[in-house]
Amino acid sequence: MKTFTYARADSVEEALAALAEPGTQLMAGGTELVNWLKEGIEQPDRLVDITRLPLRGIEEAHVLRIGALTTMSEVQASPWVRRNYPVLAESLLRAASPQLRNMATIGGNLQQRTRCPYFRSDTPVPCNKREPGSGCSALSGETGGLAIFGWSEQCVATHPSDLAVALAALDATIVVRSAEGERRIPATEFHTLPGDEPARTTELRPDELIVAVELPYIAPNSFYLKVRERVSYEFAVVSAAAAVSLAGNEIASAHVALGGVAHRPWRLTAAEAALSGVAIDDKAALGRAIEQSFVDARPLAGNEYKVILAQRAAVRALMTAGGAV
Amino acid sequence: MTSLIRPDGPAKLTGRATYAADTQVPDVVYAALAPATVPFGRVVEVNLKAALDAPGVIEAYDHTNFVPMVAMQAPMLGHSVIPLQQDKIHYDGQPIALVLAETLEQAQHAAQLVTATYADTGTPLMFDQAEDIGPGGPQWIPLDAVKGDHQAGLAAADKTITAAYTTSDRHHSAIEPSATIAWWEGEEVVLHSSVQAAAMAQPVVATAFGVPAEHVRVICPFVGGGFGSKGYVWPHLLLAAAAAKASGRAVKLVMTRAQMFSLSGHQPATAHEVTLAATNDGKLTAVRHYGVNAAARVGQYYEATTSASTWLYDSPNIEVHNRIREVDRPQPTPMRAPMEGMGQFALESAVDELAHELGIDPVEFRIRNEPAVNPMDGKPFSQRSLVECLRQGAAKFGWADRKPGMRDGNDLIGWGVAVSTMPAFRMPSSARVRVGSDGHVVVETGMQEIGSGLPGMVQLVAGEVLGVDPADVEVRHGDSSFPPHSGTVGSISTGALGSAVQAAATEVLEKLQAQPGDQLGAMVDAAGLEFVDAEARWAPDEASGGYSIQTYGAVFAEVRVDEDLGLVRVPRIVAVYSAGRIINQLAARSQMSGGIIWGLGQALLEKSVMEPTMGRFLSRNLAGYVVPVNADIGSIDVSFVDEADRIASPVGAKGIGELGATGVSAAIANAVFHATGRRVRDLPIRIHDLL
Amino acid sequence: MSSHHTEQTTLTVNGEVRSFPVDPRTTLVDALRERLGLTGTKKGCDRGECGACTVLLDGKRVLSCMMLAVAAEGASITTIEGLSAEGELHPVQRAFHVNDAFQCGFCTPGQVLSAVACIQEGHAGSPEEIKEWMSGNICRCAAYPQIVAAVTEASVQ
Repeated sequence: MKTFTYARADSVEEALAALAEPGTQLMAGGTELVNWLKEGIEQPDRLVDITRLPLRGIEEAHVLRIGALTTMSEVQASPWVRRNYPVLAESLLRAASPQLRNMATIGGNLQQRTRCPYFRSDTPVPCNKREPGSGCSALSGETGGLAIFGWSEQCVATHPSDLAVALAALDATIVVRSAEGERRIPATEFHTLPGDEPARTTELRPDELIVAVELPYIAPNSFYLKVRERVSYEFAVVSAAAAVSLAGNEIASAHVALGGVAHRPWRLTAAEAALSGVAIDDKAALGRAIEQSFVDARPLAGNEYKVILAQRAAVRALMTAGGAV
Repeated sequence: MTSLIRPDGPAKLTGRATYAADTQVPDVVYAALAPATVPFGRVVEVNLKAALDAPGVIEAYDHTNFVPMVAMQAPMLGHSVIPLQQDKIHYDGQPIALVLAETLEQAQHAAQLVTATYADTGTPLMFDQAEDIGPGGPQWIPLDAVKGDHQAGLAAADKTITAAYTTSDRHHSAIEPSATIAWWEGEEVVLHSSVQAAAMAQPVVATAFGVPAEHVRVICPFVGGGFGSKGYVWPHLLLAAAAAKASGRAVKLVMTRAQMFSLSGHQPATAHEVTLAATNDGKLTAVRHYGVNAAARVGQYYEATTSASTWLYDSPNIEVHNRIREVDRPQPTPMRAPMEGMGQFALESAVDELAHELGIDPVEFRIRNEPAVNPMDGKPFSQRSLVECLRQGAAKFGWADRKPGMRDGNDLIGWGVAVSTMPAFRMPSSARVRVGSDGHVVVETGMQEIGSGLPGMVQLVAGEVLGVDPADVEVRHGDSSFPPHSGTVGSISTGALGSAVQAAATEVLEKLQAQPGDQLGAMVDAAGLEFVDAEARWAPDEASGGYSIQTYGAVFAEVRVDEDLGLVRVPRIVAVYSAGRIINQLAARSQMSGGIIWGLGQALLEKSVMEPTMGRFLSRNLAGYVVPVNADIGSIDVSFVDEADRIASPVGAKGIGELGATGVSAAIANAVFHATGRRVRDLPIRIHDLL
Repeated sequence: MSSHHTEQTTLTVNGEVRSFPVDPRTTLVDALRERLGLTGTKKGCDRGECGACTVLLDGKRVLSCMMLAVAAEGASITTIEGLSAEGELHPVQRAFHVNDAFQCGFCTPGQVLSAVACIQEGHAGSPEEIKEWMSGNICRCAAYPQIVAAVTEASVQ
């Protein structure tokens, strides 16, 4: 790890001013950034600790607002969140470990980078995220954990955040601030697709800071299903966030997003339309509706199984959200 | 069977137990390594300039300026090529430079600044591309064993199955990374090192530096998990000692987690072909097991994965063959469990397949093929209660209620059984027992405590012989200046060290002409002495060579398979073992349960990807290489047949450390078959196998 | 901006205020082990993937390998050395001892501190809950069933 200077920002303005200086990196919980520093993925000259900024807390109102520096544990432990947003609470509970959740913040979680093993390599290997233009080792290598949607020849990585998938399903908004003021980014668009610029992960500009996440409506009938071989403390193979409202036994509206399948949480827009009117306990019909969003799935050589698994995970998450499991 | 809570508990629970890297040494300097990034070839030039210019750096070394060391064979070296001695690169991750700095941060950063150019490299050869060859290296177990006529056995059979099985590359992943702190005092070197066998480290270091063994002191009372990765001697010891010699400083070298994947061995991928033939009444007529493992190009590491196929089931015709494939990779090494840990997956899966084909209950099939003597060489078994294990285990598990089509909601439920077995390795051990005039009893042994609970075992044996409270016996261990123990390796320790302690304590009684329970301190005092002591060494005797000595067990597993998501969970396991005398029931149960969880990891989680174009393990971290966590574990019921094997060792014990990790993966795979009708022959069983 | 970029750092560890010079890139685990001689805190993976380095920070369990020492200034840190007085065992340590909830002992300080927090958080209500909330601490010896038994026992005391 290259050395750096360390300072603490006492206000958002200070943090934003610090960002204007080249070589500066902000640090909150540190659970991702410290890894990047150790691997040499980031090599800042100056680290600015933002954990003391007044961006912490949960405003329990019709529109739920979570300060960016609220820890994952704090959000998960909130009775309000657990009652009204099961999908959100579950996505946090199934992420990382209790120790990491005590440190990691909501804003930081959204800025995680891929777990692609080539990107995370302890000695650098060709990776367009690590070194733009160096190539993608994964595309012709071990692809089992990688994307089936939205990838490019430049990058086939997936985004690892559980929280981001829940937020995408719930039409959340990411509130960001720069010296020029605030900007609101839909959670479904916050993370980028790799395209020709795979080194980018999010729409956040270098001069911006996440200040909050807002959820526009409650989702009491919702669930997050994380599929992984180890029961706990493992990243998802695939995951599914689902929220439904029911009219009797039938789906009035459904929101479904998948994790582990693309460079961003993958919202199943076509399927959501097709789900309307389907009985929540009709597994086969739910499967047919979900399939609508998989016509453009492009599995790699070693991850065809994800196409099936992700559909089944979506069905299970929907049924659980709707109380049919 | 007795039980004793661990005497080292308070030290371990309060953080006072000193592991190698915990040793406080004044003015220690920190070493860090730079790895080769090609799978083979030659390093043309190592550029140390940026590292040398970095703040805090004291010195940097590559193969052109490092201390020369005397070459040796593997084993006892883990890999027979000592790094930083020559320009040849044998594996990705091989150290090409060592940096010394005043702080850990400075050393690690400087090591990251080292660059190198390479020549003569290329595309690495993979396990599935290489040809099978007979290894030329050391073969403690013959490559081939044949009895009878395989073709005749097939001809006599009503049913024959032939199937291919594989196991994956795995890593020991002890939570303590290997570490050495070394310094020289004139011609003598002191090493605080994380090793399972100080008795191996000492002669290797002595040879490398051309000094007498008594000039090398290796101290290691506690090992933070080894599982084989700290058995043979790996580069950290030699590099730390050499850097200390070159710099004149005390040097601390702690492996990073990533380095542990390349510089401490691994369990190699294996492939098997098993043929079993039987008559309709379930009597085996032929057993054939062919096994092959991945090995580095030097050293020809060999896993004798087919051994148990020579002794487990009665058959007039048995043949086994072992081969290796030389590929471009770091060197494998024994890992819990070596040999049968992999081989039993193949054999016990095949037995299940054949029993299923014959329509015979798999427990009953095994009982029908129980041999009276070792079926390969005709030697009597020293002790073998496998049938009792199967019967007791079946009763405890409720096996009689097994039926097809069990389910609960989305979960398909299946029950499977398999047999555990390991050969009883036996190696010498020694100990000194001293009784003071105040009655204080001290036992000294070079043994490393690795988690198996050896200090408690020593207390129990010494206490039993002398007739004193085991808790009053002080056990000093882990220093090469104490009487040597071969190593906490190969499940040898309880039988060997227990027998040495028993002999030494008996000798103390004889010297005092005392009976167990006598007031020994008073007798020492009455003789006008400060203490009476005796040192004893135990080694396997010739008489026991006429016996076939193994350990056994029966493992029953229940699995639940989510039929939509392909997820396998294991809510309960019942295991019964026949493993000689169990000296400390409490610690032994913990060890077996731990071994079972290792088997579960092998069955369902652990697979290291050998990157096909880079020839390196792709994820050298514990997020990419996953081992079981607490939430993976259901109910585990472990018990032992109450017995003692005095042929195996005078104290009656045989080893159990590896036994628990055998058979489990087959029991789970067999249960998955019972649940789903899918026979998975490649470990680990993954989601995509069951969708 | 607060001026915490001097090389002198002050940490409150086990109730004691310790000031020492430290490189800003030094992680808390390395500061504890290599600067303060508190080697009860173990470093297993250095990447937040094993839990061996768990300490309590203002009473909450965190991973000291994922935290810079300078960032821990102003917080109260409890390591395994500070959990019980010399020669005594905390009820959780006692429960680990009698339940044989450790083998090699290397992950044990982290397990014990994690268990203390797990109970304090109210996450020790059932074996299933304990398993989930103790899954951030890998025990390669795999003393998991005994750990669950120990946490259960300690939680009712």
